Amino acid sequence: MQSADKNIQWYQSRFEAFEQSLNGEKSKPVHTVRRDAIRRFAQNGFPTTRQEEWRFTNISPITKIEFQPILQYELQGIGRNDIRKYLLDRAVHAVFVNGMFSSELSDIGTLPQGVVVGSLAESLKKHPGKVQPYIARLIKGEESAFTALNTAFMWDGGFISIPKDMVLDRPIQFLFLATNHELAYAAQPRNLIVAGAKSQCKVVETYVGLAQNIYLTNTVTEIVLGENSYLEHDKLQLENMNAFHIGTAQLQMNVASHYTSNAVSLGGSLVRNNITAVLDAEDSECTLNGLTLSTGTQIIDNHTAIDHAKPHCNSHELYKAILDGRSKGVFNGKIFVRKDAQKTDAKQTNKTLLLSDNATINAKPQLEIFADDVKCTHGATIGQLDDEQLFYLRSRGIDLAAARDILTFAFAGDVINRITIEPLRQQVERMIHDRLDVRQSGIEEG
Amino acid sequence: MSLLEVKNLHASVNGKEILHGINLQVNIGEVHAIMGPNGSGKSTLAGVLAGREAYIVTEGQVLYQGKNLLEMDPEERAREGVFLAFQYPVEIPGVNNSYFLKAALNAIRKHKGLEELDAIDFLSLLKQKTKLVDMNESFLNRPVNEGFSGGEKKRNEIFHMAVLEPTLAILDETDSGLDIDALKTVSEGVNKLRSKENATIIVTHYQRLLNYIVPDFVHVLVDGIIVKSGGKDLAIKLEELGYDWVREETVHAV
Ligand SMILES: Nc1ncnc2c1ncn2[C@@H]1O[C@H](COP(=O)(O)OP(=O)(O)OP(=O)(O)O)[C@@H](O)[C@H]1O
Ligand SMILES: [Mg+2]
Repeated sequence: MQSADKNIQWYQSRFEAFEQSLNGEKSKPVHTVRRDAIRRFAQNGFPTTRQEEWRFTNISPITKIEFQPILQYELQGIGRNDIRKYLLDRAVHAVFVNGMFSSELSDIGTLPQGVVVGSLAESLKKHPGKVQPYIARLIKGEESAFTALNTAFMWDGGFISIPKDMVLDRPIQFLFLATNHELAYAAQPRNLIVAGAKSQCKVVETYVGLAQNIYLTNTVTEIVLGENSYLEHDKLQLENMNAFHIGTAQLQMNVASHYTSNAVSLGGSLVRNNITAVLDAEDSECTLNGLTLSTGTQIIDNHTAIDHAKPHCNSHELYKAILDGRSKGVFNGKIFVRKDAQKTDAKQTNKTLLLSDNATINAKPQLEIFADDVKCTHGATIGQLDDEQLFYLRSRGIDLAAARDILTFAFAGDVINRITIEPLRQQVERMIHDRLDVRQSGIEEG
Repeated sequence: MSLLEVKNLHASVNGKEILHGINLQVNIGEVHAIMGPNGSGKSTLAGVLAGREAYIVTEGQVLYQGKNLLEMDPEERAREGVFLAFQYPVEIPGVNNSYFLKAALNAIRKHKGLEELDAIDFLSLLKQKTKLVDMNESFLNRPVNEGFSGGEKKRNEIFHMAVLEPTLAILDETDSGLDIDALKTVSEGVNKLRSKENATIIVTHYQRLLNYIVPDFVHVLVDGIIVKSGGKDLAIKLEELGYDWVREETVHAV
């Protein structure tokens, strides 16, 4: 208990320092939200494995460290050359250093009339009317300690506002860089995407660790989808192998809105991704796809929750994991179908490929259905590479290592192929191939 | 010259002996047919030759081009020119047919000290080979065998063979699942691939296939042993009299 108290005291003291740095900003309405959040955090503290939501993921490596929340922007000598390989061709680039917007590294260019892309902090000043009504509104009851902490220290992050009827042809990329530092720090970007009625756009969040230091990324993205809007929201997580990453996305869907998430997790020593979608309007459609590739002692946990609150909504979910080494995967997929949500069509698929005998997965579909006229299916498989398939490839001349790579890649393929941003899809393919090549050379040496 | 020499081959699966001493010699340029009732060990023999791990060789030896075949990994055998057309071709979701063949062909070419084919040359080779087995080009971009009908899978096996141009092809019941027209075109394809530089072992139940691909030798495999060998007439006689006839003859002979 004592260490839990110490954690709380630490972040409370950091909050006080943060408050002092805010000066006049403290009187703004958003600050009440921060104060409430630190209070809630102090009440509950960090979760333990005794809590159902965290049963399989022990976060003590995170609570052992006193992370210093980043309170201001510092470029830290990073140049565009350092980040070029992460930038997506043709995209609008908003770059963040340890959670803070970097005007030096970003390249927003000229945007169509009414579109805002950039810093949350700046947008809150310049366009309070576009930010204030939405910020920190979506996450309520089931908030986690990490989300509360993010809200308490809410300052900067990515902001996108798309006016109604706007169809954006260029994707928008948020590139979050974690820099080298002696200090164990917490980068806590707070992102907000507001898509107007009938608008269409594609957004990518890329998280990159530039060095091998220990840090925590604790990120929250809130998304509001207007009527008949379309959003593809992709996430590529490339933190370094010593880093911690807690990512939460919370979305609210309006009538006939369409949301697709493709989340690829490759990095991090301890990773937790949460996506919660509330389908609180008829005819909306939500698709969640995920791909995890882990090795060594990585722990990658994906929690999704889809709440069908209104009739005639569809949700599709495909989560795949490829686990190697002694890594550990967790998948928890909740689907709620409320009493009113008749004619719901929900499908969840979760597949895990174990490349090593020491890798483990805890997969838990969790369907709670209170309506009677609905179609809900779920399926989970856990397996190894198929011997018959391996033999077939080998019998045509392909060596064992290459055959394993081909089949592993094929397993990942149907998630990768759902990414419609071509440069991102290619980037993900390349990274997975690189990962498999490293594995192969490791096997040959070992 | 002898391409393949199987000598007193005994093989087991899950501790049970299936092959009880097979002797077989295949010379370059020849076509051999192996016939026999269900469960007699035909696919087991084919699998042992291709390097299927589940089959344990307990006795005997197999020489291929004078080398110990049983010591080689399956991929090495393939690169040395051994090809097995599967009785039950395997579906490989997510791997498209042409990508698969490119990986296979380039692995074989590399082994032979040849340069890898570039994309354009490879594609024109594929297109030319689809014609040989009268296969629609749309199958090139589909995942290997996934959702193919039984007959389409068999045709695809022969297509792979056409692309990889093996020295020793073992066709395990390639005729089953093919309709009459398909049987004809696929057989014609196999015949076109026949040359003085290669040899074929055809495993089949039916004499019908042997009307199209005429064998030099026919062997009858019963209960894990070759009980009778002869020319192509043996297949006709088998078709008329059934396997019981050979079984009885063997009993009498003993
Ligand atoms: N993995 C296995 N485990 C147990 N028994 C096996 C296995 N594989 C083959 N067998 C047995 O070995 C025997 C020979 O099988 P094989 O497939 O070689 O027969 P076949 O001559 O090809 O038959 P068919 O004409 O039906 O294709 C059968 O009795 C079969 O049940
Ligand atoms: Mg058989």
